[in-house]
Amino acid sequence: MPRIIKLKRGLNINLKGKPEKKITELPLTETYALKPTDYKFITPKVQAKLGERVKAGDVLFYDKYKPEIVFTSPVSGEIVNIRRGERRRILEYIVKADEQIDYKLFPTGNASSLTREEIIDNLIKSGLWAAIIQRPYGIIADPNQAPKAVHISTFDSAPLAPDYQFIFKDDLEDFQLGVDIMAKISNAKIFLNLDGTITDNIFANVKNVEFSSFIGKHPIGNVGVQIHHLTPIMKGETVWTVSVQDIVFIGRLFRTGKYDLTRLIALAGSEVKNPHYYRVIAGTNVYDIIKQQVTNKNIRIISGNVLTGTKIDKKGYLGRYDNMITVIPEGNYYEFMAWAGLGLKKFSTSWTFLSWLFPKKEWVLDTNLHGGVRPFVITGRMDKVLPMDIMPEYLLKAILANDIDRMESLGIYEIIEEDFALCEFVCVSKIEIQDIVRQGIAAMIKEMS
Amino acid sequence: MGLRHFLDKLKRKVEPGSSLHFLYATLEALDTFLYVPNKVTTKGAHIRDAVDLKRVMTAVVIALMPPLLFGIWNIGYEHFHILGMQTNLWQNFGYGLIKFLPIVIVSYLAGGLVEVIFAQINKEEVSEGYLVTGLLIPMIIPVDTPLWMVALAAIFATIFGKEVFGGTGYNIFNPALLARAFLFFSYPRWMSGDKVWIAGLPDGISGATPLGQLSQATTVEQLNAIHAHFSVADMFFGFIPGSIGETSTLAILIGAAFLIYTGVGSWKTMLAAFIGGGFMGWLLNIFATPTNPYMAVPFWEHWLLGGFAFGMVYMLTDPVSSAHTELGKWIYGFLAGLMAILIRVLNPAYPEGVMLAILLMNMFAPLIDYLVVNGHIKRRMKHAQLLNGMNLKI
Repeated sequence: MPRIIKLKRGLNINLKGKPEKKITELPLTETYALKPTDYKFITPKVQAKLGERVKAGDVLFYDKYKPEIVFTSPVSGEIVNIRRGERRRILEYIVKADEQIDYKLFPTGNASSLTREEIIDNLIKSGLWAAIIQRPYGIIADPNQAPKAVHISTFDSAPLAPDYQFIFKDDLEDFQLGVDIMAKISNAKIFLNLDGTITDNIFANVKNVEFSSFIGKHPIGNVGVQIHHLTPIMKGETVWTVSVQDIVFIGRLFRTGKYDLTRLIALAGSEVKNPHYYRVIAGTNVYDIIKQQVTNKNIRIISGNVLTGTKIDKKGYLGRYDNMITVIPEGNYYEFMAWAGLGLKKFSTSWTFLSWLFPKKEWVLDTNLHGGVRPFVITGRMDKVLPMDIMPEYLLKAILANDIDRMESLGIYEIIEEDFALCEFVCVSKIEIQDIVRQGIAAMIKEMS
Repeated sequence: MGLRHFLDKLKRKVEPGSSLHFLYATLEALDTFLYVPNKVTTKGAHIRDAVDLKRVMTAVVIALMPPLLFGIWNIGYEHFHILGMQTNLWQNFGYGLIKFLPIVIVSYLAGGLVEVIFAQINKEEVSEGYLVTGLLIPMIIPVDTPLWMVALAAIFATIFGKEVFGGTGYNIFNPALLARAFLFFSYPRWMSGDKVWIAGLPDGISGATPLGQLSQATTVEQLNAIHAHFSVADMFFGFIPGSIGETSTLAILIGAAFLIYTGVGSWKTMLAAFIGGGFMGWLLNIFATPTNPYMAVPFWEHWLLGGFAFGMVYMLTDPVSSAHTELGKWIYGFLAGLMAILIRVLNPAYPEGVMLAILLMNMFAPLIDYLVVNGHIKRRMKHAQLLNGMNLKI
């Protein structure tokens, strides 16, 4: 019997625009992009130059401080633009795709036919090593440091998130292959964390893993929360996390030899006419997807979910790890005396609004901050949305004070930005909490190096 | 959207560089008061909870309404009552309003001005904290306090209670209470005794509060005489002299219910304070002697008397100066209640101890939290080791 872990704290934000279980197959879009900004705390160095032709799986750039970690092109074609931002930091590597993708071929095999070194070498060279994220810090794992455990969350509890039972139902063979590969290279237990509310879970028959079931509200699907309740990370320890999608990519690489990032993503949100699923390749330009679906102009397009995603342009690109595109209204309007009033039409966790009377309502929420930025006031509201044995406000204060010892003892090793996304949502002072967490992680990395 | 248009036009006039720039913070405050700004998220959580600090502060102001309205009425009631006149509700309320309005206007203007000046200097937005402080100050002083004193106290509280620490969110003491303490120690004649609690008190008549009288009692007979004069119902409903907002325990409880319902005030702190106060009162009851009849005042009566209920509901729970940890709130509240009654009964100088007890606990709140957080860290480490041991064994 798998252990069942029930957690009370958290918050489900019931938004309008949930994806319908329907798939649109799109032809290849014109351009694809790989965004170094999707990978935390790396410093990209150019390998492939502007105008060069690449195959899918060819290296575009690598990390200056860990040159063995390379980042490869999701499609074949010509590099048409390397967009840079402030201080010439690379923002986007844009590849104009061929009509037919030409894949670079990597060795195939399975966990028993290949040695650990061969597997690691294959993952690194193909660029799929970037799929393995290490805790603490949520950065790309260090191939030389073995983890004490590997965690895979098999569900996404974020608002409007895709249903993994639907999008991975045909990928289970690759998934098993990927799991076995991970077990071989990590030499550690693989924890497969299930949504405890689902019967007939498609992941329930996976072998070579240890199951745990989780029941609760978002962020229950965050792998960080799950790790916290199974194998908490102490100083000096590492845990690896891989998304279900990336396990499938890994399995696919070893089955076909191709770096093939074809995946199902959800297009969701209140401003989408017909929210449903699309089959695309990671890094796709989103314009082809949204042009038919979105007519309103004053909108926010987000690569990822509404709590942790990245704002993109309507001609922007899907992020490497993102499993959805969300479209919601912009909130750039003034509202007369909005702090008064009964608040029947305002979604809030605070009972100063009467909107709690409608627990079943599907909300249309926009990007308005609903107030000005104010000094950090400890209200205890953050505790209620963080299902971890961590005092969020004290940890944040320790980060602001740059107190390394205190951050350590208050649990900085166990969290990354996404775990504090709801804290940011509920913050009355409208502070960018995820940014503070990122600062804290940056300080820790600096301290430890 | 005529008003919106007008505000936008005004805002352009106070932009940096213009000669009217010194009015920027004022206009910004007015603007955000009238309109929730059009600011949007840029990253991270793209959607946000509708609640902001202004909404929270507004909730406190609403919670203050029952004791405030009762207090205004009571100003009139006590005034006409002592003159032996029969008046109706509106006469009482009208008289109270005439007395109270100048005080609250002076309080808001004086303190608000300091807030705006500091916001302008620090290039920050005016914080909403003063919305509550500015109303609390008039409610915890006697009705006869001269207006210049109100202004002085409001300015003192804002500068030394808040801004010197870095503004809202960083203060150690509750600013409104600091204003009262300032007045109390600077002008004790105006803050205690038997002359200040009733507006227009004729010469030669004592207008002492029940608490003031009880603290003076030297025999059990005197104690009983006071009880004969002020019934328990009077104390509970608030038909007694006292600081403007503090007299009606019932009105305060209604406000407390609203604070608890909205989650703005911590029920843990309030409950712990009442338990702490009751516990101390009960201890004193046990050790009461005929020579010190004040100690024999029933413990539950302390809840109804003086500023206990008001202080514990509205001032102790201030989210900035209170303890923040959940366990800490129990300890902090309990000790505050305990100290309030201890100081009230056993010190010979002043009849009330709530103000000093809360300020004292404000000072200890960070220490309480520090200890609670350290306990949390130790427990967390142990628990983590236990979990790892259990789940990682092959």
